[in-house]
Amino acid sequence: MDETLLRNLTPGVLGILVRRGADFAAAEDAVQDALVEAVRTWPSDPPRDPRGWLVTVAWRRFLDAARSDTARRRREDLVDGEPEPGPAAAVDDTLRLYFLCAHPSLTPASAVALTLRAVGGLTTRQIARAYLVPEATMAQRISRAKRTVADARFDRPGDVATVLRVLYLVFNEGYSGDVDLAAEALRLTRGLAAAVDHPEAAGLLALMLIHHARRAARTAPDGALVPLAEQDRSLWDTRAIAEGVGILQGALARDRPGEFQVQAAIAALHADAPTAGETDWVQIVEWYDELVRLTGSPVVRLNRAVAVGEADGPRAGLAALAELDAALPRYTAVAAYLHERDGREEEAARLYAEAARGAADLAERDHLTRRAARINARLRG
Amino acid sequence: MAKYLLLKHYRGAPAAVNDVPMDRWTPEEISAHVRYMNDFAARLEESGEYVDSQALSPEGMFVRYDGEGRPPVTDGPFPETKDVIAGWMVIDVDSEERAVELAGELSAAPGAGGRPIHEWLELRPFLGAHPTVEE
Repeated sequence: MDETLLRNLTPGVLGILVRRGADFAAAEDAVQDALVEAVRTWPSDPPRDPRGWLVTVAWRRFLDAARSDTARRRREDLVDGEPEPGPAAAVDDTLRLYFLCAHPSLTPASAVALTLRAVGGLTTRQIARAYLVPEATMAQRISRAKRTVADARFDRPGDVATVLRVLYLVFNEGYSGDVDLAAEALRLTRGLAAAVDHPEAAGLLALMLIHHARRAARTAPDGALVPLAEQDRSLWDTRAIAEGVGILQGALARDRPGEFQVQAAIAALHADAPTAGETDWVQIVEWYDELVRLTGSPVVRLNRAVAVGEADGPRAGLAALAELDAALPRYTAVAAYLHERDGREEEAARLYAEAARGAADLAERDHLTRRAARINARLRG
Repeated sequence: MAKYLLLKHYRGAPAAVNDVPMDRWTPEEISAHVRYMNDFAARLEESGEYVDSQALSPEGMFVRYDGEGRPPVTDGPFPETKDVIAGWMVIDVDSEERAVELAGELSAAPGAGGRPIHEWLELRPFLGAHPTVEE
């Protein structure tokens, strides 16, 4: 059975229940039940109309729950005679659902969990395993999130930017665990970009496609991180890159720049170079200037210093770095790299080792330790 | 979200403010302490921030490989000067500020005289997942 197909149907089904008058929290529970039922019965008894099947089963579950709960009896007044919404309404329903799950009153972690369950159709167990917390903890996180948005109105459009931030968080969580969160974020962003006409939604989709395309090249067989410059470019998924670049060009043509479009443009320039040596660093620096203008982010300035180091030489990169706060995450790693490029190997090895001690993740720490070890071995030569 | 380890020491941490060994508390004070710890964990579960907690025996030993075909060498019990871990709690929270706030709350668990222990807890961030987007 195609679980992705099943999950793609989730937001539309949930939207229909809510439009029929079910409150969001109860409807969401009913849809989860229907999904579980579908996984159980579809392999031996596939429905002719999967979406219709899910709506029917979820609606029945919702009614059962409403009837068994006398305190919530009022819901029953709403149940009869609501017409089935057409396909256009389904798109609006889906979009409203994205907004609700990324509601600004939610913490980032709650918005992520609720989005993965209500829009993504993942089970609580799958989400818990992806984020390495107990299922009970994730269940609480989701039910609190649902209570938080219980009073939020479902009929008002929200801010696309908040939804994009949530999806970007999921994407950046990476590839560990049973659930491929990067692929899941990509699928959800594709759904959003189809439902809303917004250049930043397209920009984020392009960014994800291009990064995802390099996935096979990003790790060595032993699990070690392979930096962009050393990746085997024949492993890149050229079709995904072409799709991302096409989407990006469409977005940029609308002349409403935003940070995801600019990040995607930088990723596209990397993807466009046949070898690392042929990378158009001058253009990349220009995009970083634009990104600094848009975000003012010190982390962006740090990445810009790396690009300047490639475009104008390591001394220029170190000069750009000198203007930044040395307490920034990855500052020392960047300093190490620029020193290495400048031929100051002893200093580079020392900085790599220092950066490894401050690394925020294991893959990065191991990578930096290897860089230090490689230079030290060369120096012992 | 980021995971943090709250580490409680039998030995090796700076002395607590209300530093009376547990065997000199009243039974009621011990019950109050245990209840506080359980309530704290239950609240974290409810807020979706709880991951794990375990207590460790103070007894233990060091073990190391001693070469092919030989049994591992053991050493211990720990010398008096050795840092000894009493237990831990793992939390999954939105920020370092929240982690510090929770560690502070845990350190306020009641001890002798029903007053907060003010014990020093070690707070250590987990190494996280590597971000997908990095250039």
